[in-house]
Amino acid sequence: MDKKIKFRVNGTEHELEVPTNRLLVDMLRYDLGLTGTKEGCSVGVCGACTVLIDGEMVSSCLALAVFADGRDVTTVEGLAQDGELHPVQQSFIRYGGFQCGICTPGQVVAAKALLDQNPRPNEEEIKDWMMGNLCRCTGYYKIIESIEKAHEFAK
Amino acid sequence: MIAFDYRTPGSLEEVYADLKEAGSDGKIIAGGTALVIMMKQQLVQPSCVISLRNVSGLSDISENNGSVHIGGLVSHAHLDASDVVQGKLPVLGATYHHVATQRVRTMATVGGGLAHADPNQDPPPTFIALGASFELGSAGGSRSVAAEDFFSDYYETVLEPEEIVTGVSVPLMAANSGAAYLKFLPRSADDYATVSAAAVVTLDAAKSTIQDVRIAMGSVNTTPVRATASEDVLRGQPVKAEGLREAGEKAKEHTDPVSDFRGSGSYKTQMAAVFVRRALEAAIANAS
Repeated sequence: MDKKIKFRVNGTEHELEVPTNRLLVDMLRYDLGLTGTKEGCSVGVCGACTVLIDGEMVSSCLALAVFADGRDVTTVEGLAQDGELHPVQQSFIRYGGFQCGICTPGQVVAAKALLDQNPRPNEEEIKDWMMGNLCRCTGYYKIIESIEKAHEFAK
Repeated sequence: MIAFDYRTPGSLEEVYADLKEAGSDGKIIAGGTALVIMMKQQLVQPSCVISLRNVSGLSDISENNGSVHIGGLVSHAHLDASDVVQGKLPVLGATYHHVATQRVRTMATVGGGLAHADPNQDPPPTFIALGASFELGSAGGSRSVAAEDFFSDYYETVLEPEEIVTGVSVPLMAANSGAAYLKFLPRSADDYATVSAAAVVTLDAAKSTIQDVRIAMGSVNTTPVRATASEDVLRGQPVKAEGLREAGEKAKEHTDPVSDFRGSGSYKTQMAAVFVRRALEAAIANAS
């Protein structure tokens, strides 16, 4: 059973006929080729598949693709503007916020959602917000530092 | 996940009509954090999924006539950040902040969580302790069910097949009252509780006697439970450490926990006594 949906991803309009049981993560990766969004645990725990719908972060592995109908979706591919990386991406590079990289798209998208409502979060606020984004390499210190110092790269 | 008919009714009347038509093959979806996992694991395989996402009027939080009303589609994150909740019922905001992670709280809704009825959830013990009632709607009208009477078994509630949770009504606390929700988390911060306890205590004006008390626990039985045996030893009694300890011990009469990776059954029962006592201590400390 298919359903026709209209939505925007990173500012680009899309109109697709998707099976109702299609997950948002699969539509992004396989129907639109936006493979920046990763799938890890598939049960909403690890945060690798984090994307924004109308600015609010969601697990795209738990969201049906039809949830996107009429909405604005932001993926990691949409963070850079005019060829320049988002401040939080620059900060992750500068302060070593990643090692293997599999969790990084989810980390930076979740961090962007935090910074959008709180441009200068402290360590406790960062830990509380980012608790649902797991990383098996960094031990988190560098991720927290990268988010704490992202304001240095803001224009 | 099997394919299904996906419907997006725009009003409660249309939701009820779709539910009636779908019968037992229909499932309501709101945030989807619980249902989508169960569908992926093929524990639930509805032929028709009815979304509440286009229904308006269920996403507000308001205060009137001595209670706070929370619409069924209010997200956990919205509730947690609400000025009304933070001002009038901070224990409820703190309880919802304990649920999973910010990302889940953004998606999950108040009504959806209650209908899901996992006995390990955070909000039900606090709702029971606060004396909240849940508003259930169907084509036949609406009814109100006390939080402590809503949960009937493991993942089961008194909701009829054609009924949905449209909202929650929470009375404001009496003067000289304090509340607390404590969650025992020996594993990770985003986990379900090993045991949890909520308490609302009303003291007399001199703050030396317990006038009224309501206590509830999560993760210790097939449903969240109210610890009436604990309440009975406290009501009308002076505030004393010995009494709070006894109330904790009495809570064990209401527990029948399963042994799982969060702790053995007997360990959970022992910890329930500890957390009921601590919740009472915290509630009394918060009484103003």
